[in-house]
Amino acid sequence: MATQHSRSAARIMMAPAVILLLGWMLVPLTMTVIFSFKKYLPLRGGDLGWVGFDNYVRFVSSSTFWPSVQATLVIVGGVLAITVVFGVLLALLLDQPMWGQGVVRILVIAPFFVMPTVSALVWKNIFMDPVNGLFAHLWKFFGAEPISWLSEASMPSIILIVSWQWLPFATLILLTAMQSLDSEQLEAAEMDGASPLARFGYIVLPHLGRAITVVVLIQTIFLLSIFAEIFVTTQGAFGTRTLTYLIFQRVLESQNIGLGSAGGVYAIILANIVAAFLMRIVGKNLDT
Amino acid sequence: MGRITLDKVTKSFGATEVIPPLDLTIEDGEFTVFVGPSGCGKSTLLRLIAGLEDVSSGQIRIDGNDATMVPPAKRGLAMVFQSYALYPHMSVRKNIAFPMRMANMPQEEQDRRIDAAAKALNLTDYLDRKPGQLSGGQRQRVAIGRAIVREPSAFLFDEPLSNLDAALRVGMRMEISELHKKLATTMVYVTHDQVEAMTMADKIVVLRAGHIEQVGSPLDLYRAPRNLFVAGFIGSPKMNFIEGEEAAKYDCHTIGVRPEHITISGSEGAWSGVVGVSEHLGSDTFFHIHETGLAETITVRADGEVGFKHGDRVYLTPRTDMLHRFDTKGLRIDA
Amino acid sequence: MARSVTPQRKAINTIAAWAVGLVIFFPILWTILTSFKTEAQAINDPPLFLFFDWTLENYAVVQERSNYMRFLWNSIIIAGGSTVLGIIIAVPAAWSMAFVPSKRTKDILLWMLSTKMLPAVGVLYPIYLIFIRMGLLDSRAGLVIVLMLINLPIIVWMLYTYFKEIPGEILEAARMDGASLKEEILYVLTPMAIPGIASTLLLNIILAWNEAFWTLNLTAAQAAPLTAFIASYSSPEGLFYAKLSAASTMAIAPILILGWFSQKQLVRGLTFGAVK
Repeated sequence: MATQHSRSAARIMMAPAVILLLGWMLVPLTMTVIFSFKKYLPLRGGDLGWVGFDNYVRFVSSSTFWPSVQATLVIVGGVLAITVVFGVLLALLLDQPMWGQGVVRILVIAPFFVMPTVSALVWKNIFMDPVNGLFAHLWKFFGAEPISWLSEASMPSIILIVSWQWLPFATLILLTAMQSLDSEQLEAAEMDGASPLARFGYIVLPHLGRAITVVVLIQTIFLLSIFAEIFVTTQGAFGTRTLTYLIFQRVLESQNIGLGSAGGVYAIILANIVAAFLMRIVGKNLDT
Repeated sequence: MGRITLDKVTKSFGATEVIPPLDLTIEDGEFTVFVGPSGCGKSTLLRLIAGLEDVSSGQIRIDGNDATMVPPAKRGLAMVFQSYALYPHMSVRKNIAFPMRMANMPQEEQDRRIDAAAKALNLTDYLDRKPGQLSGGQRQRVAIGRAIVREPSAFLFDEPLSNLDAALRVGMRMEISELHKKLATTMVYVTHDQVEAMTMADKIVVLRAGHIEQVGSPLDLYRAPRNLFVAGFIGSPKMNFIEGEEAAKYDCHTIGVRPEHITISGSEGAWSGVVGVSEHLGSDTFFHIHETGLAETITVRADGEVGFKHGDRVYLTPRTDMLHRFDTKGLRIDA
Repeated sequence: MARSVTPQRKAINTIAAWAVGLVIFFPILWTILTSFKTEAQAINDPPLFLFFDWTLENYAVVQERSNYMRFLWNSIIIAGGSTVLGIIIAVPAAWSMAFVPSKRTKDILLWMLSTKMLPAVGVLYPIYLIFIRMGLLDSRAGLVIVLMLINLPIIVWMLYTYFKEIPGEILEAARMDGASLKEEILYVLTPMAIPGIASTLLLNIILAWNEAFWTLNLTAAQAAPLTAFIASYSSPEGLFYAKLSAASTMAIAPILILGWFSQKQLVRGLTFGAVK
């Protein structure tokens, strides 16, 4: 509801943001799509013409493709499972009355603010190093043989590092959602004779349902494209080459732009499928 | 001066027409109240006058000049909003000064007007506080102060009392009426509360679904409601409506009789019924009478001391000189 | 209303929560502690917790590496610049969407959000190419633009949700009081939205500071921020634990502090209002 005057003013004021984002989206996307149909090797002859769907076929049929999909799914799935389960438990714990709640909150949230390269490097060297790492000391203390984490247990290690970074995010959102639960609902359930477990199952968990969905979707989008953690630790070795990292290698290391771009289009499609679900939730929320 | 004329004004949001073509004149110095149930278009009408919404067609004239396309600030009107719309980051003084600051008024003149307004509204001690530190009534007065200093040709009030508690509302009602007497400026006041309308207005405009149902002084509306809607809307408790045989006796489709125009007795009367709920207000008692065979419930006002109990059989007698008659379309039939 | 519990129950909660909190925080704590050790003490077996010779030597050494300050400066320019630029572009857009909504507002908001979901790696080479053509590769200006663009949807969204909470009547009152559109935004909206704008600023500085795809792939010697500086420690300097820790501590400390201030807004900003 407004006057004609303010509506036209609004359109003008919205224009810069809309135009910039439109350009940011369309220009590189168009280029990626065009490259994906070309044989394009900047260091070995440059643009070698159209090749149709060759790149798409080659990207999928290369021996590295399926392992990379698997690595991606294992990392995303593993991190999601850990962060959601522990996030709910942590949120439950932090929602209880206690002394120093503010400080504990801060401690729990801290990892989210650590830049990915720092957390990857600190975990890799100071904790997971097979000779001088803290875990090695711990293993030796119990008389066990220290593990070379990032080569022998590369996947669990990466999942651990990434989960550590994202657990705070999940906890924070679930905690916020939990605090919005009307305590009278819980009291009513208690009066109705519901046990603590029943209260959790019938009231708390359904209340958290949407927050959990949001956590899963947002994390999925970010996790699909984790980069620094792998770049700093294994560089894609030991079975940790994710789809993102594979595309990165095709583009920047082997400089096969056509192939990398085809991979990029796959990644964009994948992300869009997840994003569509997220949009639906956010969009629904906009109406209320 | 502040004579506002609406000439065939309409307003549509998309395909929905909220105000069908409407003509209305608000005379200079008049206290006009727009009243109606929520969604009747009364606030939209006020916002059209203010210029916060464009009219879809028609013309708005202020003192004879076409103001239809004039931006809100240039119409010479001041508005008091339902939420008071005070600027929370500014002190009371700065809030009141804001319209003058926007008009680049000299500082001395600003100060003079602020002081005068603050004195008139009992705000002198609060000028340096922020709105958040004031009570609801004080905020309301700041909003009025901000309107007064502009010396507008008309004041627009959009349900200004609906956020106040009941006791404060009565007090503010008086203050606004007082202000109107003192300034003698046109005031247009929107409310859904017919009590506010009855007590404050020189002229009431009853609206329903964007249509004007009736325009008149409070007593006109009370004595001679033009149709069933106005009859039911004005007056509290609501007028009783009786159809059927009883109405036929008076040559009409529906008769209406106000609760205050029925006498109640334990022994004799024209109608009989059984007492249901009774509301004791102290000075008055309202009885809800059932099983009269006339309508589901007949409400009757009696003296505070009258003490019938739930289930008592009682007899009712309407004052025939105060009966309202309506035809099948719900329109008033004049005697 | 918080329910009252017995002191014993509260004590158990407290102990459990603190224990979990400390475990989660431990890697950061350990990094900070290690930064004050000598290199020998840093790899001592058994590990030394608090009783070692506290030293600031590592910080001095990291500082001395002539280029540390430049990395830091790059981080500040890139994170700060992209955020401020983003806010300047986003405030008018968010104003329009919050106060003059149309049927398309919702679609535009969701579309903006969807651009944020584009996987960066999918458009890496085109951006790389555009940057080379425009001479933006390894320049701070280039990164300011890219990070502004990737965070613009979040900035618009956050401002939009904050603006939505400001009652439209106040802006209408300003309009009635004779304020022009510029005056309305400058004198009424902006002062009222300061808390919201501040937390938007904070969260986006954090996001830009920690961004580690574009900053790693579009910079070399000139414009590299702290993310790249730390990544360069990957090997073999990474084996110097104390210095690695000192560098890490310096890279994360400012953001940790900012982050603690903005934790409440974080939820709102990162879930686009889907969780309140």
